[in-house]
Amino acid sequence: MAANIVTMKKIIQQLRLEASINRVKVSQAATDLQQFCLQNAQHDPLLTGMSSSNNPFRPQKVCSFL
Amino acid sequence: MCDQTFMAATFGPCDSCGKASPLMNIYIKSEAINYCSFCVEMMACQQLQKGETLQSLKKESDSLKKKLEEERGKLNDVELHQVAEKVEVLSSLSIKTRRVLKGHGNKVLCVDWCKDKRRLVSSSQDGKAIVWDAFTLNKEHGVTLPCTWVMACAYAPSGCAVACGGLDNKCSVVPLSLDKNENLAAKKKSVAMHTNYVSGCTFTNSDMQLLTSSGDGTCALWDVESGQLLQSFHGHTADVLSLDLAPSETGNTFVSGGCDMKANVWDMRSGQNIQSFESHESDINCVRYYPSGDAFASASDDATCRFYDLRADREVAVYQKDSVIFGASSVDFSLSGRLLFAGYNDYTINVWDVLKGTRVSILFGHENRVSRVRVSPDGTALCSASWDNTLRIWA
Repeated sequence: MAANIVTMKKIIQQLRLEASINRVKVSQAATDLQQFCLQNAQHDPLLTGMSSSNNPFRPQKVCSFL
Repeated sequence: MCDQTFMAATFGPCDSCGKASPLMNIYIKSEAINYCSFCVEMMACQQLQKGETLQSLKKESDSLKKKLEEERGKLNDVELHQVAEKVEVLSSLSIKTRRVLKGHGNKVLCVDWCKDKRRLVSSSQDGKAIVWDAFTLNKEHGVTLPCTWVMACAYAPSGCAVACGGLDNKCSVVPLSLDKNENLAAKKKSVAMHTNYVSGCTFTNSDMQLLTSSGDGTCALWDVESGQLLQSFHGHTADVLSLDLAPSETGNTFVSGGCDMKANVWDMRSGQNIQSFESHESDINCVRYYPSGDAFASASDDATCRFYDLRADREVAVYQKDSVIFGASSVDFSLSGRLLFAGYNDYTINVWDVLKGTRVSILFGHENRVSRVRVSPDGTALCSASWDNTLRIWA
């Protein structure tokens, strides 16, 4: 049908576009992802576990009146 | 040589429309084309290239798809978890529930943090959106919306407004006022208009533009002030359930996922679908960018979460376990991107090691499905929204 032809042409155009993009090897991409994780690991409170004094959500130490 | 076209009369099903009728058997570039006379005229009017038929187009589409798979496959020289073998195994996490936010009368469907790292907005099936102070458990604002099932809510970057939408097919922006007596619902402004429910919304880098995803299969970018549609994004073939904006300052791309099992990456300015990923086996409920912006994760009803790298243009990890059989509804990354928090329909939150592909921890506590998980902007806490009418803060 005519409608199918138009849809198919759109699909083909989209596929051509997607096939033409520049790609990087997975080894390279994976290394970069890993590097990002490791670089930012110390600044990640959920990963390292912040101490009670810094994390506003963790229970505070009991404070006594002076 | 001679390229004459022969015309011979036969009767049978037309190659193009399938109807049985007298056919004109034409040979174009020595390929036999058996069209009925109507389709021959249509072909001429549509200016099809010589030799293009539905079959040839289909063949081209299939060969392009195969070529795409091959190109992607060529670069798959190693798996992510293999590259990450040398990375230290994570020690056990001490994440526990620190706050329980009670107040909604029905299932909590969505939550979003404010940039000030302590306020949250949550929306519920009861038709209300509540702004909370997560430190003190104070409810700062409550907005009643005219419809139930408010599936999407978002905090504006300035902290001065919230957007919410759902079954009313609209997304409205409500300015937050410090005046307790002011009726917030009166100042509500409808910004987005879709032809089906609004499943997700987010402000772009400013309070001025809103990006929405909808059950009508499209995503759209709106100007908040005028309500004008700035750009619409077509390409999904079923409901779009989730979207996420790329984290970079200059970024103008976003990713969306939907019931057609596809995750699409879009260019906001041109409306063009730049990349598409189809490896899930069921609806994609949530998509979320990796903090560096080079990758994104998705959660699906097929009980897996998957990790896609944008530069390699392929899936690089699958987070699944035989014991995990319920659909995943939501995902979010920790600040460094090492942990992936995923909320499931079996009431738990699984914490996955993004690099190694293993599960690090399970967070128990909710008494019904987890509908949304969100890490706070400074990474100190995780907020989860659930069908048990509560939200929990984990840290």
